[in-house]
Formats: sequence, C-alpha cells, structure tokens
Amino acid sequence: MELVVASSVGVLTAGGVYLILRLRAFPVILGLALLSYAVNVFLFATGRLAINAPPVLNKYADVAYSDPLPQALVLTAIVISFGMTAVLVMVALGAYLEADHDRIDMTGNEEAEAAEKESGS
Amino acid sequence: MSNGGSLLPIIAMLPFLGALVPGLMIRAGRTACATFTAAPTILALIMLAVIAPDVFAGEVLKAEIVWLPGLGLSFSFFLDGLGLLFAGMILGVGLLITLYARYYLSGEDPMGQFYTYLLLFQGAMLGIVISDNILLLLIFWELTSLSSFLLIGYWKHLPEGRQGARMALAVTGAGGLAMIAGMLILGQIVGSYNLTDILAQGEVIRASEWYLPALILILLGAFTKSAQFPFHFWLPHAMAAPTPVSAYLHSATMVKAGVFLLARMWPVLSGTDAWFYIVSTTGLVTMVLGALIALFKDDLKALLAFSTVSHLGLLTMLLGFGTKAAAIAAVFHIINHLTFKAALFMTAGIVDHETHTRDIKRLGGLAKFMPVTALIGTLAALSMAGIPFFNGFLSKEMMLEEASHTYWLDNDWIVPALATLGALLSVAYSLRFIFHVFAGPARDDYPSHPHDPPFGMYAAPALLVVFVMLIGVMPWLAEPLVTVAADAVTGTHTHPHLKIWHGVTPALFMSIIAVLGGAVLLAVHRPLDKTWQTAPRPEAKVIFDWLISVFAGFSKRLTEAVHTGAISRYLAIFVVATVALGYIAYADGTLGPPTRELLPIPPVAAIGWLLLIAATGLLLVYHHNRFRALILIGVIGLMVSGGFVYLSAPDLALTQISVETVTIMLLLLALYFMPNTTPRESGAGLRLRDGLIALSAGGGVAALAMVFLMRDFSSISGFHLANSYKGGGGTNVVNVILVDFRGYDTYGEIIVLGIAGLTIFALMESLLNGPASRRLRNRDYSQDRSRDRHPLMMVVATRAMLPIAVMVGIYIFLRGHNQPGGGFVAGLVISIALLMQYMASGFAWTQGRQRIEYHLMIGWGVVIAGLTGAGAWLAGKPFLTSAYGYIHWPPIEEFEWATAMAFDLGVFLTVLGAVMLMLYSLSRIARYAGETVNLEPMDYDPSLKRNLKKPEAE
Repeated sequence: MELVVASSVGVLTAGGVYLILRLRAFPVILGLALLSYAVNVFLFATGRLAINAPPVLNKYADVAYSDPLPQALVLTAIVISFGMTAVLVMVALGAYLEADHDRIDMTGNEEAEAAEKESGS
Repeated sequence: MSNGGSLLPIIAMLPFLGALVPGLMIRAGRTACATFTAAPTILALIMLAVIAPDVFAGEVLKAEIVWLPGLGLSFSFFLDGLGLLFAGMILGVGLLITLYARYYLSGEDPMGQFYTYLLLFQGAMLGIVISDNILLLLIFWELTSLSSFLLIGYWKHLPEGRQGARMALAVTGAGGLAMIAGMLILGQIVGSYNLTDILAQGEVIRASEWYLPALILILLGAFTKSAQFPFHFWLPHAMAAPTPVSAYLHSATMVKAGVFLLARMWPVLSGTDAWFYIVSTTGLVTMVLGALIALFKDDLKALLAFSTVSHLGLLTMLLGFGTKAAAIAAVFHIINHLTFKAALFMTAGIVDHETHTRDIKRLGGLAKFMPVTALIGTLAALSMAGIPFFNGFLSKEMMLEEASHTYWLDNDWIVPALATLGALLSVAYSLRFIFHVFAGPARDDYPSHPHDPPFGMYAAPALLVVFVMLIGVMPWLAEPLVTVAADAVTGTHTHPHLKIWHGVTPALFMSIIAVLGGAVLLAVHRPLDKTWQTAPRPEAKVIFDWLISVFAGFSKRLTEAVHTGAISRYLAIFVVATVALGYIAYADGTLGPPTRELLPIPPVAAIGWLLLIAATGLLLVYHHNRFRALILIGVIGLMVSGGFVYLSAPDLALTQISVETVTIMLLLLALYFMPNTTPRESGAGLRLRDGLIALSAGGGVAALAMVFLMRDFSSISGFHLANSYKGGGGTNVVNVILVDFRGYDTYGEIIVLGIAGLTIFALMESLLNGPASRRLRNRDYSQDRSRDRHPLMMVVATRAMLPIAVMVGIYIFLRGHNQPGGGFVAGLVISIALLMQYMASGFAWTQGRQRIEYHLMIGWGVVIAGLTGAGAWLAGKPFLTSAYGYIHWPPIEEFEWATAMAFDLGVFLTVLGAVMLMLYSLSRIARYAGETVNLEPMDYDPSLKRNLKKPEAE
C-alpha cells in the first residue's frame, strides 16, 4: 500500500510540475490543482498509513487510531487550496479578458505582437 | 546608579512621539504648529537638565529594555559626558531651528511635514548619541540617513533638492552598510553588542586580527557621514535643502554623527598606527581641501558647506592624533563649531530670504540695510576665522598647538605647516564672508530690497552668537562640559584648562601667520578667483553620476538577464533547484533501515491507483482540450477522496469530495469565458526538457514519501488522542484539533478564506468597471446557448433536493464533534446545494430569493468564531479555550453542548459565504456579458420569446 501512495504522490507531482511549466494560464491552474493533491496526500502520509483505524474515539473498545494531526492540517489545506485556486482562476480570467490571451510569460514585445496576430486571425 | 537613567528611554522616544504632533497641529496654524513642535523638544531638554547633574558628578546613567535578547539587541541607553554634550546640542539647536524655521518657511511650504521630518531626524540623532547597544545605534544611524533624505529633499519641486537628497542617501547609506559590518565584527570580537562592554575591551580589540577590517569599515561609515575626503562631495549638494535643515543637519548634528562615532570609539580603536595614519591624514587633507574650495565658492551656503567640511576635517584630524590633549581640543571645537556655524547658516538663510540671492558676487554692503544680521554674521564669522576673544580662536589655538608637535612619518614640519595653511584659508574665507557680503559700498541692484528680518528669525542666531562671545571671553564657562565630555571620550580623567593666553608658543606664531596670510589672501582674491575658475578640476558630481550610472547599468543588465518575464522559466529553475537541494540533503545524510512492514494492496486499491495514474497520464496528453482535462481532474479528485476513505481519514474524504465538486464548477464557469483549447506551442525539445524536470521532481517526491512511509516516528498526536474527549469533549479527534487544540490555526484559515472570497469579489468588480467589460459585452455567445437553458427536470429535482441537502449539511455539522463531519464539510455541502439552484433555475431567479449577503456571512462567521474564542477570556482562560457539558433533554437522550460548536458555526458560515461569493462573482460576469436574465425559473431561449428581458444596466 505504501508503494501505491508514494507512487501516486510522485505521479501527481510529476504531472503537476509538467503542467505548471506550460505557457498558458489554464494548464498552469490544472497543474497547481494536481500539485495540491500531491502535497495534501504527501502531508497526510506523514502520519503513516493505517487501515480501518479512523481517528474517531471508540468508547467501548481499545483500538488503534491513525494519526489525526496531519489529517486536521490537510483538511484546512484542502479548503484553503480551493480558495487559492479560485483567486488564481479569477486573476487568470481577468488577465485573459484584459489582454485577450492567456499566456503567462511576459517576455517582451514579440509576445504581444504574436497575441495581436492571433486575436486578429 | 541613580534612577535618572529611567528617563533615558522617554527622552529617546519623545521626538518620535512628537513627530505625530505637527501633522495634527498644522490645521491650527503655523505658529501653533511650531509651538507644539517645540513642546517635545523642550520636555526632553528639561528631562536632560534634570539628569545632567548626575552626569557632571561623573555617573554614567543607564536604562535597558529587553528587545531581542537572542540577537544581543536591546533598547539600552546610557548617558555619559559625551552623550550629554551631544544630546544637549541636538535638542538645543533643534529648538532654535524650530523657531527659525517658523519664520523661514514660506506659506506655500508644507510646514507640518517639515516639522515631522525634523522631529524624526532629531529622534534618530538623539538615539545615536545615547544608545548603549551598537545594533540599536546602527538602527538610529540608518534612521538619520533616511530622515535627512526627507529633509534635504523637502523642496520636492527642485531637481537639485531631489538629486542632493539621493546623493546624500547613497553616500551615507553605503557608509552605514560598511559600518554595520564593522560593528558586527566588533561585537564578535568582544562577544557583546553593548557599547559599555566594548569600551572596556579596547586592548582585546586592538590585539585582534580583525581589528584592521573592523576599523576600516567603521571609519567608512564615520567618514561618509562626516563628509570626509573623498566622500565630502555630498555635503555641498545637500545644501539644496531649506536653510534651517542645513543649519541643523550640516552644522550641529548629522555630519557630527561621524565625529561622534570617532569620539565614542576613541578609547577602543585609537592609539594604533593604523588609526593615526588613516584618521589624521584624512582629516588633514579634508581640512585643507575643504577650506581651499570654500574660498572660491560664490554661493553663501556652498562656502559654509565647504567650511563645514574643512572643520569636520579638523575634528577628525584631532581625534586621529590619538592624544588626550587633542581629544580635549576636539570636544571643545565641537561646541565652538556648533555655535558659530549654526549662526552663520541662519545668517546666510536670512540674507537669502531678504535679498533673494545667495551669490556673493551680487551681494556686498548689506551692513547698511540689515545691521543686526550683519552684526550677528560678522561676530560668528570672526569666530570661524579664529580671531582672539571669540570661541573659535580658543579651540583653533589648541589644534595648532597639537599639530605643532605631531610627527608624520618622522617628518616634523608637514603637519604643522598644513594645519597652518588650513587655518590661513579658514581666515580668508571667513573674512570674505564678512567683507564681500556685509561690508563695502551699498549697491542698488539686489534682487529684492534687503532689510532686517523680524525678531523671531534672528533670535536664534543671536542667541548662538551670545554663546560665541561668552565662551570666547570667559572660556572657563565651558570647562565643566568639556571636562565630562573629554572624560567620556578618553575614558580617563582629564583636566582641561581653557584660557585665552597660553604664552608665547609655536601655536601663537602659527595663528599670527594664519590671520595675516588670510588677510593677504582676501586682498588678492579677485585675480586668484579668475585663475581658479578657469583651472580644470575634477567635478565630484560628474564622477559620482558616472559611477551611479555604471552600477545602475550593471544591475539593469543583470536583472534583465535573470528576470526575463518568463514565468515558466522561473518555475523550471525553482523546481530544479528544489530537487537538487533535496538530493544534496539526501546525499549528505544517513538513512536508517526500514522499520515498518508494507501493508497489503487489496484489488480495490489497485484499481483506484490504476485509475489515478491513467487519469493523470491522459490529462497530460489531452490537456489541450480543456473540458476533457476537467473531467480527468474530477476523476483524479475522486480517486484521492477514495484513498482517504480507505486510509482511515473520513473527514478528509468528505472535504475532498465536496471541494472537488466546487472546484470543477468554478473551472467550468471560468471556461465559459476562456478559450476552451490550449494551443500547442512548445516544441518537442521544450516538452522533453519539461518532462525530464517533472520526472525528476515526481521521482524525488515519491522516493521521499516511500522512505518515510517505511519508517516509524514519534509525534505529538498521542496527546491529541488522549485529550480529545477529556479536554475537548469530542470523539472525532480531527474535528477537536480543528476547533479546539489548533483553533487558532483554523481561525486564521477561515479569515484567509474569507479574504480570498472578498478578493475575488473585488477583482470581479474592477474587471467589470475596466476596459475588459467592453470586450465582454461585444463577445458573441450565440453559439454557446442551449435552447433549453433551465430544463424542467433539473429545476424540479434541485428544488426537491434543496431541503434534503440542507438537512444533510446540518446533520454533518452537528455530528462533527463526535463523528466525521464539521463546519468545513457542512459549509461546502450546503454551498453545493445552493449552487445547484443557480445552475438549475438561473442566476436572477435564485438571486431574487437570496436573503443574506455572502459578505455578511463571511463577516459574521469570523466574528462568531472570534467571539467564541474571546469568550474564554471571561472564564479567565486563554483565547479559544473551549468548554463543554451535557444536557439531559427528556424526549431525546443525552445532549452535548460545547463552545467549540459555536466556533464551528463561525467556520461553517465563513466557508459557506466565501465559496458562494467566489462562484457568485464568476457567474455575475456572465450576466454582465450580455446574458439575458430569466425571471421565470423554467424558460426557453429568451431570444425566441416575445417578452424577453434585457439585462439591467449595472
């Protein structure tokens, strides 16, 4: 099971990194979403894996529990990362509407000219 | 130690507090403003006077307020003779300048600003001279650079003012940076940043191998501040400041800070060859050079500026000699220079104010029109020239006496000769100030008709001239002050005897030569001036500007090379660097053997894993089609939630799946406006490079995860498990951690979420009011529209679902403390239910039924959570301590209440409000973009109906 989790984190990270290196805002947002999955699972996994041991106290029997602390941290992280994704989407949308293209690089004039051409065609 | 020391922090704080006053009082008028500005200064002076007797009795007053003890930084102050001398000068002259500036500044100048800057500067300067901690001293040191920048550039409309201010800041700021390094070295040698400790360790410091670097760095700071050659050029350019500033900063305070530092560090740093040759030579060169340039300056203030440079050189040279007598002479000359130079600057200001020119060649004969000013100016200038019965004479004699027996590389005439030359030039320019401005025939071509200013304007220089005369005739008056200050400088007991007649000494002859030579030089000034003006000489400002442009060009090229604007490149560099750092850490460390067994992989998990991997792979391949990419993201999110369920994290699974839903809705909304494909732009090479980077990052993270998953660890979670029920009253430990143990974190997080919601709302507002709104309106949406925008089936289903969904939300909220659930999940669930209404029945229909603004929900959520936390204070507990208990409610069974529930309610409201505000903002754009508005929940394409509604103008 550990292999499953570790490889999933790795695959999600690799996918996220590949996507944030793209040149348009939308894939970058998707990449960040993948990266936040990866980070959340990674953080969650720092509590080590346990099966059938939710951290909900059992009044009647002495049983094992998984580590609650990373779970609490990840829970808020999930919600916050949603908030940040939303802000990013809004910024990307605003940039797209203002500039009429959603490139993320601002390397100079030839970029802007290319964008003009693209919107003209 | 007496308790007088406790006044020191108050004295240090007073000017800073006072800096708030002028801004408030300026509305009450200029005189009121000046009066109230004087109040903190007067108060500080009174306090200083109260504790002065202790200092005169030989005590060193101390006060300490701990600030950052770990860094050796504390608010510690001490007051010895030297500090007392400078503090008195700073406050006393500050008071006079406040009075003078009231009359000098014209009605158009923002006077409140001026006084604020002045008090800030005064506070910074005062801080330097009474700091007992060198780190604190450095802070005040930099503050003087900053506040003097503001003061020099006070006339923002003048380019010279701005340039002069920038130059002063660049030079003194750079010196300050060097000094920081030097001070840190000193602190390292001694092991303490306390000045009193450092002063006691002179032997150790001088013997240290780091002595020379520390000395040079500190001297750089002192020399730049005190305008010593070759850093002297900023001072004349700083003369673009209003004259009160010049009189304050450039006679009494700021430029003396460097001299103060030399004096302060004298017991520690002086007494070595390096000190003598660097300091006294620099001082000597500066003295002669400054005096020479001053003689040929036509601008009154430039003349005074270079004469200040020259006198600062004199002080530096005296301190550089390293003898006790020279130190006494330096201390005495500090007082004398202050009195006559501040008076002269103010006189120059009056002349400028009344005649509207400072050009000496256009002046002359002013004694007839402004006799009082002429008298003040003449007396002060005579003192500067070093004529007997003026205080300048006394300290100049002491200087010449010291110079007369100083050997420089075994040469016994060069120092006396140059000192005499400096004194001679000083006589010449002082006499020029008198004869070319006040004496001579009256002219009729002044730019403005001159007359004496009102009393308030010449009161300050007049008072200073009274001091000039008093000390000049009765030098013993200054003896106690000079004694305590010199004691502090030398660290021993000195017995200065200040008197006018020392008998026939070499100094007397040097003095006579200087006065006669100076008079001769003035007589032949006209031909000399012609030669000087035509002679080529290096212009410091040109060199400085060239240097600055070289540096600016270099940093521009560097910035442009590194900072190209290509975000993908920054990210690539960042990822590669992070992976490399991780690898270095791994390669350097050691790894213990695995301690945990691998858990089995059931078929379900294997299928989920396969789905996740496949979805990620497909996403990378098909991400150009953005809708397809969204579906794949959804699959990945689902698999992650499933993983959480399987791995004993039910709360996470609930949160993940609801967040997933909202995220997809959000991205769908965004895609409505953005292009729905990503063009293929990167070539194979770039894709290969990015792929390799991604693989290295993913591989690294996977390996790291694998490594720690296989090993046991100890954590603080045991505490949470043990205390969740006993202390927090809940069995769902994750929820108890969120609302109780780490409630502060959660509180911060909901605030962040609320801010994110409001940010999106604000962005949307500005977008709709900006140029983008035009583009939005002109877009063609006709292809996107479905004929049946709000299908009957969906409307009916969501209506029926709403109460059920809300009930589920409430249930999840209520059980949260003991079972998986809680405010976060409940907020998300209910927001999904509400969003369904927007989607099914249309924006306008839903909006019309909304009762509570989402902003209010966010606000109330944060307030409720905060108040719940603060409620713990009533019980005398720290913020966010929770309480709980049980109620037996007959029909139902045992019922638990916990304050944490109220906190969770705040979380719930904030999450609900923020999520709704975000999606609402996005969908509002659609409405603005020309989408027709439905009033009926179920409508067909409005363009086919007759009674269609146009969007309301917003």
